[in-house]
Amino acid sequence: MALYEGRGMASVNYPIGMNLGGDPSQALIHSNPDGKFTVALSAIDLGQGMKQVSRQIAAETLGVPIEDVYVDTADSDTGPHDMGSFASRGTHRMGNAVIAAAREARGVLLEAAAEELEVSADDLVTDGRGNIHVRGAPSRSITVKATALAAQFKQGRTIAGRGIFLIPLSAVDAETGEMNPNTAFAHACLVADVSVDDETGEVTVLRMTSAYELGRVINPRMVEQQLAGGAWMGISHALYETPEPYYPDPEHGPRDFNEYLMPGPGDIAPYHVTVLERPAPDGPFGGKGPGEMCANPVLPAIANAIYNAVGVRVDELPMTPEKILRGIKANGGVRPQPRRGGPANWR
Amino acid sequence: MAKHPVQFRLNGSDRATFVDGAENLLNTLRRGLGDFAPKYGCGQGTCGVCTVLVDGEPHLSCLTLAVACEGRHVETASGMADGPDFHPLQAAFMDHFAAQCGFCTPGMLTAARALLAKNPNPTRDEVVEAISGNICRCTGYEPIIAAILAAAGSSGARRA
Amino acid sequence: MLEMRKDLFADERDDNLNEVGKGSQRQDMPGHVTARTRFFDDHAFDGLLHLKVVRSPHAHARIRSIDIAAAARAPGVKRVLRGADVPVNKNTLLSLINFGKDDEPTLAVSKVCYKGEPVVAIIADTEAQAHAARKLVRVEYEPLKPVFDVEEALKPGAPVVNETYPGNYFEYHERFDHQKLRFGDVDAAFARADQVVEARYQMSPIEHAPTETNGTIAAPEHNDRYVVHSCAQGLFFSLGTTAKILNLESNRLHFIGGTVGGGFGGKVDSLTEPLAVLGAMLTGRPVRYVLDREEEMLTGSPRGAERIYVKDGVMRDGRIVARHIRSYFDAGAYTRLSSYAAIKCTAHIPGPYSIPNVSSDVYVAYTNRCPSTAMRGFGVTAVDFAIEVHMDRVAEAVNMDPMELRILNAYRDGDMKAHRRVAKNTALIECVQVAAEKAGWPLSDTARRQTSVASGGAGERGQIPATVIDQRGQIGRPDTRTGGPTQTLPAGTTRIALSKEPVMEGARDGRAAPTQVPRYEPAPRHEPARAQPPAYAPQPAPPAPSYQPASPPPAPPAPAPSPAHTQHGAVRFSSVFGTRRR
Ligand code: FES
Ligand code: FES
Repeated sequence: MALYEGRGMASVNYPIGMNLGGDPSQALIHSNPDGKFTVALSAIDLGQGMKQVSRQIAAETLGVPIEDVYVDTADSDTGPHDMGSFASRGTHRMGNAVIAAAREARGVLLEAAAEELEVSADDLVTDGRGNIHVRGAPSRSITVKATALAAQFKQGRTIAGRGIFLIPLSAVDAETGEMNPNTAFAHACLVADVSVDDETGEVTVLRMTSAYELGRVINPRMVEQQLAGGAWMGISHALYETPEPYYPDPEHGPRDFNEYLMPGPGDIAPYHVTVLERPAPDGPFGGKGPGEMCANPVLPAIANAIYNAVGVRVDELPMTPEKILRGIKANGGVRPQPRRGGPANWR
Repeated sequence: MAKHPVQFRLNGSDRATFVDGAENLLNTLRRGLGDFAPKYGCGQGTCGVCTVLVDGEPHLSCLTLAVACEGRHVETASGMADGPDFHPLQAAFMDHFAAQCGFCTPGMLTAARALLAKNPNPTRDEVVEAISGNICRCTGYEPIIAAILAAAGSSGARRA
Repeated sequence: MLEMRKDLFADERDDNLNEVGKGSQRQDMPGHVTARTRFFDDHAFDGLLHLKVVRSPHAHARIRSIDIAAAARAPGVKRVLRGADVPVNKNTLLSLINFGKDDEPTLAVSKVCYKGEPVVAIIADTEAQAHAARKLVRVEYEPLKPVFDVEEALKPGAPVVNETYPGNYFEYHERFDHQKLRFGDVDAAFARADQVVEARYQMSPIEHAPTETNGTIAAPEHNDRYVVHSCAQGLFFSLGTTAKILNLESNRLHFIGGTVGGGFGGKVDSLTEPLAVLGAMLTGRPVRYVLDREEEMLTGSPRGAERIYVKDGVMRDGRIVARHIRSYFDAGAYTRLSSYAAIKCTAHIPGPYSIPNVSSDVYVAYTNRCPSTAMRGFGVTAVDFAIEVHMDRVAEAVNMDPMELRILNAYRDGDMKAHRRVAKNTALIECVQVAAEKAGWPLSDTARRQTSVASGGAGERGQIPATVIDQRGQIGRPDTRTGGPTQTLPAGTTRIALSKEPVMEGARDGRAAPTQVPRYEPAPRHEPARAQPPAYAPQPAPPAPSYQPASPPPAPPAPAPSPAHTQHGAVRFSSVFGTRRR
């Protein structure tokens, strides 16, 4: 038996939001009398971090500290309509709706503060720490809390805002496929290093190195979560997962986690990601959305690395030991390809 | 259907309830006693989201008969924090962003808690072993492993 | 493991933000680690009933009879539901946005089209009683011949899977058996190419396998309303679907969710909501319907398999001059979202490359397997696998480094894409350059000098070419699978109006505004403006911590005063507020 190492790469882009548009999101924001804000949505957090992304965007736009914003989602009685959390649309679509709502609420907040300070609202700025003051004159200031109290009990104003974001639905031409699909795209390139055992056909992913361009990163820790979890899922899709191992034959399918294979905590590969930020012209603060694309380059990069290692093209997923051994046999033995580059430039 | 009385300590408090003879501990905790920390993920012992401690040992509550816990001490993730203070594992999971959807988290924390109680300075391999019955579909495991090692104050490099 | 390259595209950003860009703690994290986070199933109800369904053991069969009498009399059983109990027992998910015909029953009535299709629902006091009563339901089936292969399903004489679509394909534009993409003249380009590279790729179905299975608890509220604890990935999508199937006004449903134990696309289909609410309506009690793991694995709609044929025409120097893709989405027995995925796939072709002649034919085929649905990367993951393995093949065919081949063919700002829209805000080249550098994969000087920002759209790259079109696959024509070109559209032809694009004030030339946010005082640090960093810096970036929160080391260039700046850098969307168009 021998282990053969190989290296492969893939580069991809990914559309952000529902193809063709027609997928609105709404947000409502209001302040309590102490200047603490609630963002009401019907967006779904299924682990991707929708609540925190909306919270950061709302705090940034309102100009208040993050602790003073709470995101309440999802209750159909209080949260306005949103299409849902899929198609990498959450950050982009809902983020923009939250910005619109927060801008409106901020406008009222500044008007209320202007009335208290007896200045024009246009001359006011926030410091992001809970204060509003006259531009260039930090001593002429009022807290957000005092402003909200005044608005509620003295001025009779609601510090609140509504936001919607919609890209109207586009048609598709039947003969040419012409359409207006998406306005924002994220990008990635990934290099996978693998070793292949020519006796068992088993593939081990040794390490992965990638670069992702995701527009403005709203929260780098959550981006890291998505990219790391997605890369794991990519390895899993590439090498293990299938409910129909002999598709299209429907037999021999797994029924539970004993039979449905996924890499465990002992099977993970060291991974390095570099993140680039080219802001989307229509994204919230330029944000795109990394949630879905992060498994995509892993599958072909591993396939190409296996070819580089042993000269077998596995064009059917998943790339099981059985398929690799059959490929080696059909080729009359392993056929290692020229090595690509030297050691990785990290760790 | 005949019900059986069962009494055990749950996170330090004495609790009593009636269960069906074949009822599993997971169902008793969730539907009988209102402790929703252990989750249902498979009911077959293959995912670990239902992990609890029985007398300090990790058990899959979906495969544990409630009546078998008579007189024992059952601990779930609900009881990990010391009043308002996070358990070191909880704090480490937060610092390492070791949860996304959070569905596997109570079971992961409980498996890790059992490990550290026995082995306060585990190697990386020992951590991997301890959580190998717990499935996480979101994180890719690395932040979870890092969090457990950090909570132990361990680099994970000790030779076993 | 995460490193930020703040130097790239720095002139397109203002990094002087307070909260955005920081690695602040997730709002939901304290709840997760204390186990106080409440998922749909973490709600106590007095008198909770449990719903379980009887599923088809056959992949394809006619239902002769259903006898529920014994089950209805079984201990603890409160109610047994059949198709006739479902007010609107035919739906298609995208009917909410007016796309596709209703084709899927909630409970099968006259025939079953996949193994595991729900036929009868049982509501009982305990899960064990519901399970036991399942065995007492007698369904008499007459097995029919199934079809499992997408290309077999499209052949004349194949068994009809889904009677709403008797040709076993989704009907596009009510005219074609597939969705077309036509850009330029691929056949002429293949004829002139130095080499033609062809291959077939097969994506496997994949299970979402979230740790939390699909489920719902529905309970009568007051005022004739029902509260629904749902795991849906789209709260109103599920509410709308449930309201339609149960023929209810939407304000009689109070959906609560938003905190979901993983989805990955597997919780878009409203698999459990309608029956749970129907159960609550008919029993007047709270009803819980949760899939067990085996049901989730076998019948909880997977990522659909796709078969993809790629054919590239390539010149000796590595330029790809033509790409044709023929692809088959395996929808399983019903449409769900596959029809949408095929269009998204079409929009994605030919991948992030600038290729002057492109065509594709994407089919949605029905087979006798569990209906497939959205999954992470829907419509794109499989075609990316095919395209990127194919790029490796092409690189080998022309004896070129695969990274260099990507950069040579990469799309850039200003290039015309195959769906006839101009590429903007591209960054593929930079990703390849950075990944190569980090991986220790050497690139030529030429490749390292390339950029996404410049030299795109030059000459033909920015034009819509004269395009050959055909009527192949037209529904109802005898020679429907074949047929040559019928017409050539002149260069520059477009037939679909641009949609109103939301315009962020201050954004220009497809670039983000330097500042789209409220300004903060104290004013940004007054550092001397630096020379603009090159788009690609060949030197390794300074060593970075595993992630970099605030204060990036390279200070961004001082933002130029923007003339289009409104107060607080207003963000307005012309399509919504009708304020301002570019
Ligand atoms: S629910 Fe107990 S192991 Fe999965
Ligand atoms: S965080 Fe979602 S399963 Fe682990």
